[in-house]
Amino acid sequence: MHQRKGVLVRPVERLSTEQIKMIDQASMAIFADPGIICYSDIAAGYFSDNGAAVVKNSGDGGTGWIIKIPEDMVRKVVTTAPSVVYLGARKEENRLILDAHEPRVRFVSGSETNVWLESVVRGYVGEDDPEDKLRLVRFIRRRGTVADLTRAAHVAEHLEHLDSFIRTVNIQDEDIEESTKDVNKFFACLNNMTKHVMGGLTDVSQLDNVIRMAEIIAGGNEALRGNPLVSFIACVCKSPLQMVADSAEKMIEVAKRGFPVVISSSPQGGSTAPVDEAGMIAQINAEILSGVVLAQLVKEGAPVLYGSVPTRARMEDLHDMYGAPEFNHYNVDCAQMARFYGLPCYSTAGIADTCVPGMQATVEKLLSHIYVPMSGAHYVHYAFGLLERTNTFSLEQAVLDDAHIGISKRLLAEPRVGPDEITEALKQIREVMSTSHRLFARYVRKKLHSGEIYPGYPFANDERDEVLLGAHERVKQLLEKPVPHLPQDVIEKIYQKVPGIVTRLKQEAKSE
Amino acid sequence: MNKDDLIKTICDNVIQGRRTKDDEGIDDSLSGTPGVVELVGEALAAEVSVQSILKEGLSRGMDIVGKKFEANEYFIPDMLAAAEAVSAAMDVLEPHIMKAGLEPKGQFVIATVLGDHHDIGKNIVAVLLKGAGFQVIDLGTDVPADRIIEAANKNNAQQVGLSALLTTTMPEMKTTIEAFKKAGLREKVKVLIGGAPTSKEFAKEIGADAHCKDAFEAIAVAESHAGSR
Ligand code: B12
Repeated sequence: MHQRKGVLVRPVERLSTEQIKMIDQASMAIFADPGIICYSDIAAGYFSDNGAAVVKNSGDGGTGWIIKIPEDMVRKVVTTAPSVVYLGARKEENRLILDAHEPRVRFVSGSETNVWLESVVRGYVGEDDPEDKLRLVRFIRRRGTVADLTRAAHVAEHLEHLDSFIRTVNIQDEDIEESTKDVNKFFACLNNMTKHVMGGLTDVSQLDNVIRMAEIIAGGNEALRGNPLVSFIACVCKSPLQMVADSAEKMIEVAKRGFPVVISSSPQGGSTAPVDEAGMIAQINAEILSGVVLAQLVKEGAPVLYGSVPTRARMEDLHDMYGAPEFNHYNVDCAQMARFYGLPCYSTAGIADTCVPGMQATVEKLLSHIYVPMSGAHYVHYAFGLLERTNTFSLEQAVLDDAHIGISKRLLAEPRVGPDEITEALKQIREVMSTSHRLFARYVRKKLHSGEIYPGYPFANDERDEVLLGAHERVKQLLEKPVPHLPQDVIEKIYQKVPGIVTRLKQEAKSE
Repeated sequence: MNKDDLIKTICDNVIQGRRTKDDEGIDDSLSGTPGVVELVGEALAAEVSVQSILKEGLSRGMDIVGKKFEANEYFIPDMLAAAEAVSAAMDVLEPHIMKAGLEPKGQFVIATVLGDHHDIGKNIVAVLLKGAGFQVIDLGTDVPADRIIEAANKNNAQQVGLSALLTTTMPEMKTTIEAFKKAGLREKVKVLIGGAPTSKEFAKEIGADAHCKDAFEAIAVAESHAGSR
């Protein structure tokens, strides 16, 4: 099977085997005491039916259940989760095989930002020196719409290093209701790109409509099973250690239908989890495992991803924070924990705390764009275009992130030293030593033109920093590239069978 | 191959920087096929005129490479490899150029001056000058003035290029020029200087004929000197 390559790395082992085992044991101890608070009667039912101790929660005014998952249940059940998860795509070469035992890293967009950063280029003249002229990219914040999501999907299709798509912007159109958000969201993505589309569900009643849409595109139920074009995200646990009814039940429905689902948890070190690595990882690990266990109790063998989104809390206001070294530590540790359980890891990198593209954003993003993938996490989300923690999305930033991820991938590539390389090297050295100029430049050419060696910073400018102008131009170029719309008859069929998709999404496809 | 195809293939091989059949190119399209050295041999045997080989094969190839370089499609390694291919071809052609009564571009002696071991830039200049059709006599690095004079004299050179990368060896350029004067040879040669710390002002100060900021300027200046002879 064809698939997107991503980058195969030699994983860094931040935690020793000893430390991994300690954290695993600590998570088991958390299951025993204090346990998980569960607000879903359905989820609690699965746990008690399978032998976990479930008692009515006497705290919290008596709502929910306290669940104590026995260690042997965790051990037995977690092994039934597949270690290889397939994510399909409209184009065969865009499919992904996430294999817990192969540290191949893929980069993915993510978040559902409320703010969309629109950009314009303006000219400026120096106050003291009218000859000193500047052109700058200026940003305007506004609410995101489904048209923005369409544009983001279109650009994402053409970003070289974006391996899979999670909707980047919250669609806040007046005519799209909560109940029809999911079908609009998934259609806007699937009709504008050929990569895998993953997303959360706003309304669980829309799950079957989304699946029907994917079936029509894939060419039937059977075809969709073999090529799952869509997958889902459920934040089963709210930190600390509380299983939420709404998302647990969404996850249950997805698991029942056998679609891949991310069991994600996002504790903040210093507010909703201990700030220290040991406590943070023990807790998030327990949160994720509780969801993994539930998924397997619902359907043995349900494909799940170990969804780790650990962040640091910002001390000024207890908002989340991503440009922190601790954020990087947490995420690398989680990738190791996922590997320990044989589960593919959904991880997090590339978010800036600042609201606009620029130096701060680059520094904050680059830290995790480089370090987190070193862990060998399989599916690194949030990696494109995110600013203001995860509240703002910018296409310019996405284009920059794509370039920087490209550099990161080169950085992480495995060394190529083998008998053939040594033979070639000796040949080169001997040949060059027999020339008068002794330059190796001739032997660079093939690799230079094939793109194998680093060509230099794509937005380089020696005179002044015009990186953002370059990114702005690049966005324009990408938006001019063809949009891989679905065939017209497929679109018609979707509109017939799936209610609630706004008509302008279909017209857009027609007019191009 | 007919004559036209031969010339065109020579040109293509220059663009790919292939001297002989063993050389790799920019891609694999010509792998294993004859390079310019073999092709020029074939062309001469097929009685293709020296002029056509030079003009429509080698120079045209080099022109295309130059254009691709300006368009940021090619890089310095591509220029160097193409120039190497041309200079390898020139070695084969040399005796025939004289016979054909064509005017060669002339002899160019180049060296890094005494006390200085930097030669990357000087080598680039040497390779590209060869590729442009000059006969280059490269004396290497750390070369005292008397060896430069001796070589210029012996080869009847029209031009001399001096390279220095250290502020401490720049004065040696002046010493060399003075030595040419003393030997009564200053009028017979044009002196070009280069290397990162040198400048137009410095060239003027020490009485050099030209300063070149890079290899392209070096070719332009050397060609204008050759043309005005
Ligand atoms: C590579 C290098 C070396 C290499 C040289 C390898 C080699 N095979 O040449 C090594 C490591 C050996 C070296 C040694 C030293 N180096 Co060094 N080196 C450099 C470096 C990094 C790059 C030079 C280079 O090759 N540039 C690339 C080429 C392509 O550019 P280029 O030479 O300018 O050539 C172009 C043009 O100038 C022009 N051109 C050049 N020559 C000519 C000639 C003619 C006729 C024409 C027309 C045009 C022309 O065309 C060329 C192509 O476009 C420079 C720093 C720098 N970034 O410039 C320091 C530098 C030149 N080195 C320096 C020093 C101090 C030294 C040492 C003294 C260090 C030491 N303490 O030992 C020794 C000197 C040894 C000696 N006696 O020469 C200093 C010089 C400072 C000064 N006082 O001027 C520099 C500037 C570094 C620094 N900032 O400190 N060095």
